[in-house]
Amino acid sequence: MNKREYTIALAGNPNTGKSTLFNVLTGLRQHTGNWPGKTVVHAEGFFTYKNEEYRIIDLPGTYSLYSNSADEEVARDFIIFSKPDVTLVVLDATALERNLNLALQVLEMTDRVIICLNLMDEAKKKGIVIDIANLSKKLGVPVVPLAARNKEGIEELLETVARMVHGEINTTPLVVSYSRAIEEKIAKLLPLVKEVVGEEYPARWVALRLLDGDTSLLHALQHHPHHFLKEGATYACHCAKSV
Amino acid sequence: MTEAKLARLSDAQPGERFRIAKINIEGTMKRRLLDLGFVPGCEVTVLQKSPLGDPTAYRVSHTTIALRKEESDHIYGERIDNE
Repeated sequence: MNKREYTIALAGNPNTGKSTLFNVLTGLRQHTGNWPGKTVVHAEGFFTYKNEEYRIIDLPGTYSLYSNSADEEVARDFIIFSKPDVTLVVLDATALERNLNLALQVLEMTDRVIICLNLMDEAKKKGIVIDIANLSKKLGVPVVPLAARNKEGIEELLETVARMVHGEINTTPLVVSYSRAIEEKIAKLLPLVKEVVGEEYPARWVALRLLDGDTSLLHALQHHPHHFLKEGATYACHCAKSV
Repeated sequence: MTEAKLARLSDAQPGERFRIAKINIEGTMKRRLLDLGFVPGCEVTVLQKSPLGDPTAYRVSHTTIALRKEESDHIYGERIDNE
């Protein structure tokens, strides 16, 4: 019997019902705490589904993962360094335009993503109709409609999570294409990034962060206990500058 | 449209709508404004000024966000007439 515990991360904008979903999934089996070395509070809980154990982390609610505030760094580092088995991106179905920003950022970082369209009850009240199949096709990952506070859609979500951790779902996350100038630079950087970080981290995403001059990521990479990254990150930084 | 003809977001008054054309801010703050929904092409409604005149609350893509003059001074666009 498989005794492995799967890790699920919950990401999403503030006020999307992320914590409601977290509470529904975990019941009372949760506690809040601090990340080592960080002051941002996070919650961690556990649940069992079909005899398998899951650990779920409620990441800080953010609009983005790139603005370098402490809570955004916590969310970003968790997705990149802790590599959750599945990242649930919780979106407010009544404000998709705003919410998809974060979803696209997460899709650049990992392909193990399930989009949770929460507040579907609110959306219905406002007369908002969402073509879920089409959204899922465009994003390249499963999209599950939810009304977490009424516990609607939870069963479908759990089933989708279970299928994803068992490798039964193939995703093809949408690749955002940038301007030609940026794409050319990404193409130049990619082989160098792959040389330095190998398969460990998403190369295209790292290249984009380097082009953006994201020093906070470089620091995180340097401090992460990974044998060849220490010099690698500095090297990559030089490469990025020369490109 | 030339920049000279563009208004600053900070000049728009409560009740007015404003279409963003350009954000003259660099770095992390620009990124943050974009993430919050202050994107060129999008429409912002001025909600109200705080009692001391700064910051000002804006409605942007279904959410209320307050900006200081420090930022709204550097967001350019056109004021949209009601009616």
